[in-house]
Amino acid sequence: MSTKEHTIEGEEPANRRDFLHVAAASMAGVGGILAMWPFVDQMNPAADTLALSSVEVDISSIAAGEAIVIKWQGKPVFIRHRTATEIDEARAVAVDSLIDKQSDGDRVLPGHDDWLVVIGTCTHLGCVPLGSKSGDDRGEYGGWFCPCHGSHYDTSGRIRKGPAPKNLAVPKYAFVSDTMIKIG
Amino acid sequence: MAEWEAVKPDNKALAWFEERLPVLGLVNNVMGSATPTPRNLNYWWNFGSIAGLMLVIQIISGVVLAMHYTPDTAVAFDSVERIVRDVNYGWLLRAMHANGASFFFIAVYIHILRGLYYGSYKAPREVVWMLGLVIFLMMMATAFMGYVLPWGQMSFWGATVITNLFSAIPVVGEDIVQLLWGGFSVDNPTLKRFFSLHYLLPFLITGVVLLHIWAKKVSDSGNPLGIDVKSGADQIPFHPYYTIKDAFGLGVFFTILAVFIFYMPDALGHPDNYIPANSLVTPDSIVPEWYFLPYYAILRSITFDIGIPGTDIVFIPAKLLGVIAMFASILLLFVLPWLDTSKVRSAKFRPTYRIFFWILVADMVLLTMVGGRKPEGIWPLLGLIGTGYYFMHFLVILPVLGFKEKTLPLPESIANPVLKAAK
Repeated sequence: MSTKEHTIEGEEPANRRDFLHVAAASMAGVGGILAMWPFVDQMNPAADTLALSSVEVDISSIAAGEAIVIKWQGKPVFIRHRTATEIDEARAVAVDSLIDKQSDGDRVLPGHDDWLVVIGTCTHLGCVPLGSKSGDDRGEYGGWFCPCHGSHYDTSGRIRKGPAPKNLAVPKYAFVSDTMIKIG
Repeated sequence: MAEWEAVKPDNKALAWFEERLPVLGLVNNVMGSATPTPRNLNYWWNFGSIAGLMLVIQIISGVVLAMHYTPDTAVAFDSVERIVRDVNYGWLLRAMHANGASFFFIAVYIHILRGLYYGSYKAPREVVWMLGLVIFLMMMATAFMGYVLPWGQMSFWGATVITNLFSAIPVVGEDIVQLLWGGFSVDNPTLKRFFSLHYLLPFLITGVVLLHIWAKKVSDSGNPLGIDVKSGADQIPFHPYYTIKDAFGLGVFFTILAVFIFYMPDALGHPDNYIPANSLVTPDSIVPEWYFLPYYAILRSITFDIGIPGTDIVFIPAKLLGVIAMFASILLLFVLPWLDTSKVRSAKFRPTYRIFFWILVADMVLLTMVGGRKPEGIWPLLGLIGTGYYFMHFLVILPVLGFKEKTLPLPESIANPVLKAAK
């Protein structure tokens, strides 16, 4: 690189001043883009929102065959205490015949086959399916039934009939004790 | 472009100011007596002015509503009820703003259809057309966020469904949705940002409207014959001729709006939005406002994946394809000036195009009906047919028609047929 200063354009291919121009413009450009990040990131979940991102639930009072709905991250979560018959029903079906192929064993925690925890929003257009309250229509497969567009879920929360493309999602959760689970 | 005519006011102070900032000249040359305008504009040309005035009404009524509204999930619903019940004339302002949104869309839809019929998007007015589409897209965003603010059931679930559309984007979809929500579902942070943006966007729209009018000034108004202005005989001044014609149209339009505001303020709304938002209970069916129904129908009509048949390999899942189709239905219009290969602008001289134009209108009406129904029975099929036809109109029919169609002979000038008709 030449160290001479040229003030007339088109004299030398590249000189010290060109380099300074390009370097300065690049710094300003990159700096400008970086400065935008706080204005974008402020939209992401805030610290207090994240602090509420897990919830502990006492499940001792849920009798077999019953279910409860709790709110986690603003979304309904179904916690269902399954009967032996319901587990057998969910295990009896051939996985290959399902719309969203997943075995029942993959949807519950090992050793806790009687507990099913799923996010209670229909995978079609986000409605909340019926079936958690006693007396609700549980659909043709004994799990949940979405009244919006008629999706039927089985006792494993898997889509069996209707327009929904996916099974009810299983959130991340763990057993803190025998009667307490932590979701999130 | 028409020549610029300076204004020299008699009043000394005014003349002093005008010399330094020619505001009167600007107005006079855009919509005044120094604005030569084609002499044959019909009433379909009213709707630009009407849409502009609706924007002003929405901003004024919105600004005063914001003085009483509280964007917080705990009190948003009640604060709107308080506006209607307790705030002086709140019932009027709320009804004006809510129905005004619908009528703004009515004006803009007629304005767009007028453009489609008379070929207003063709050279040299492509940029006018594209700026109009930008305004349309910004209006849709504004209206969507505004509908969320009352925090009723339809507000909440509409926001949930629409923001969830972005989850269809591969890889980063879920992150984008979380960014939009500011949490893990539509909640307080979402409501607050929607309020902030709902207040901001109309002013950005105003900016684009000014560009839209500026671009129109550069390329001059089109006209129902679709031929260029040949001489001064083809033109009349905008003021008083079109100011008075627009004023008459406005009177009629506002009378109809007034009927809605005063006699049926909730006719265009959904009763479920009078139930406060509840994230654990979904309404029986989630329906957007009427002006979004055709696009909602396009979104829902795609229920099939694109992949290799007979295998589980999927390239584009149905949900993503639906979202793409919905956005494409509007983005497509940006290239309409090049998709329409016909040199003739006005449908008046394009007998075949005229038929297809009305089929397209019927198709939009069909899609509006489909969007409002539950996707059961015959409706999903009708939606798919309507969606297919919509894209075929722009991607197949228009390009081919330009070469195949036998157009009618164009008149020599704008003045000729007008003068002949007068005899």
